[in-house]
Amino acid sequence: MVDDPVIEADRLTKRFGTLIAVDGVSFSVSRGDVFGFLGPNGAGKTTTMKMIQCISPRTAGNLTVLGMDTATHPREIKAELGVLPQETNLDPEFTCRENLLAYARYFDIPVPEARKRADELLSFVQLQEKRDVPIDKLSGGMKRRLLLARALINNPKLLILDEPTIGLDPQGRHLIWEKLKALQAAGNTIVLTTHYLEEAERLCNRLVIMDKGKILVEGRPSDLISRYVGNDIVEAEHTPEVITCLEEMGARFEVFGDMVQVLTDQPREVAKRLFETCNPGHVFARRASLEDVFLKLTGRVLRD
Amino acid sequence: MTDTGSEDQGYGYILPRVSRSCFKVWRRNWDVFFKTYQVNFLPPFIEPVLYLLAIGFGLGMFVGEIDGIPYVEFIAPALLSISMMNSAFFECTYSSYVRMYYQKTFDAMIATPLSIDDVITGELLWGATRSLIYSSVMLLVLIGFGVVSLPSSLLVIPFSFLAGLLFACIAMCFTAITPGIDALNYPSFLFITPMFLFSGTFFPLSILPEPVQLLAITFLPLTQLVIVARSLTLAELSPFFTYSMVWIVVVTAIFFIISTWLMRRRLIV
Repeated sequence: MVDDPVIEADRLTKRFGTLIAVDGVSFSVSRGDVFGFLGPNGAGKTTTMKMIQCISPRTAGNLTVLGMDTATHPREIKAELGVLPQETNLDPEFTCRENLLAYARYFDIPVPEARKRADELLSFVQLQEKRDVPIDKLSGGMKRRLLLARALINNPKLLILDEPTIGLDPQGRHLIWEKLKALQAAGNTIVLTTHYLEEAERLCNRLVIMDKGKILVEGRPSDLISRYVGNDIVEAEHTPEVITCLEEMGARFEVFGDMVQVLTDQPREVAKRLFETCNPGHVFARRASLEDVFLKLTGRVLRD
Repeated sequence: MTDTGSEDQGYGYILPRVSRSCFKVWRRNWDVFFKTYQVNFLPPFIEPVLYLLAIGFGLGMFVGEIDGIPYVEFIAPALLSISMMNSAFFECTYSSYVRMYYQKTFDAMIATPLSIDDVITGELLWGATRSLIYSSVMLLVLIGFGVVSLPSSLLVIPFSFLAGLLFACIAMCFTAITPGIDALNYPSFLFITPMFLFSGTFFPLSILPEPVQLLAITFLPLTQLVIVARSLTLAELSPFFTYSMVWIVVVTAIFFIISTWLMRRRLIV
């Protein structure tokens, strides 16, 4: 049974009245993929996630998850999903372990099996010492880890993570990344949304960037970087001299406030010429990142 | 391109599609209730004692008898009915709203094989169960005071589940349309409080003007509860007993359908 896609979306559309939240997107996620949805606020990422989770009906198009239509087989699909929600919705009256056991019941997992898995998962997310602690005594990072453990209680065939590290400190974020890497190595299929481009670059082997309900680009992070911004970026101070110089060199550059960014594959040469001929003040060369692609494609205007 | 509209997953259907899984939702609420039972069991013991002492025995001194029945025995079934109404109604308004909106418990549940219909039905069954727990505790107290007939009064226990379900379904309709938790005060003060007083609870309906009597017997759910409960605790069937039982069953069914439909409309977007 090699390689029926885990998710197949064909011209998937969601309208709320006159607002088109998701506008005819097509994509396909294969087994073992870590597939990222990136985009500014209001791009349609979360709406797309909700349609995949069978909790929001589509307006038009086709969507199958694990070979089943989300419109006709929601129970069967949801039985195979593990969902880490953006907003914490743990049961505040229960302890960590009770939360996992209560959730296991919704999946019809027999009690002895549920106990075994709850204990295994609590060690996996490093909360075994907190197993009998009520939820309100946990830190933000612990709550996210418990949500991850809860999402894994039914051995899901597809993991859906909506902003998995939102609001976490760097330690908490790295710990979640480590767990997700382990899950990826074990062959899990993961779909995630994130605002943190570093996170997407680290975790995803494929991703799409969405804006205004449409998919702008799709590909591997490294391919997207080399296709849209080149491998390297040289940043210099924004002065008339630098601009004249760059125009003479015929370089590709963009101005952001008091800074000029040159997109190039020869950072050393560009930096050298800038230093030698145009009195550039600070010059800084770095590798291009997904953030450069993102800002190039979606612009720098604030969304809300 | 197939346009699915909202036929399949949405709220575009009328009769709720409930599975066995609704009992898992009920069980979750049961587990939480018994984790905090110390705070949950005291009120139903204390409340009827206060009412019995103050109104039954205190006020009853001046009232004497109503229709040949000692006043305290007249109000005992009303206290049971009010407890069924309050426990189910407040569970499925404020408490359900907290679970739905603040704790996002419903969101967590529908990310599993459970449907919204399962979740709402589980909540309604739990509201009915709470009515059963509270009125059973209260019944014990009333038996202790010797103000209800035995064994017919024991039928109050199964009846309290049905009566609780009625008020749970009505309550869930308000929860489904309320813009926020504060707006739930409106049904509490404009619907529950007047009923508490004008449903044949503390004085017989027969002393009210005829149009008001007719209104109470036709439209007020608590009136039906009091008629049935009083028949059971006095071991004397009211002529309205069958009417009230049928009324409760039919209206419960109607509000069950409306409440699940309204909740789908609210939660499926």
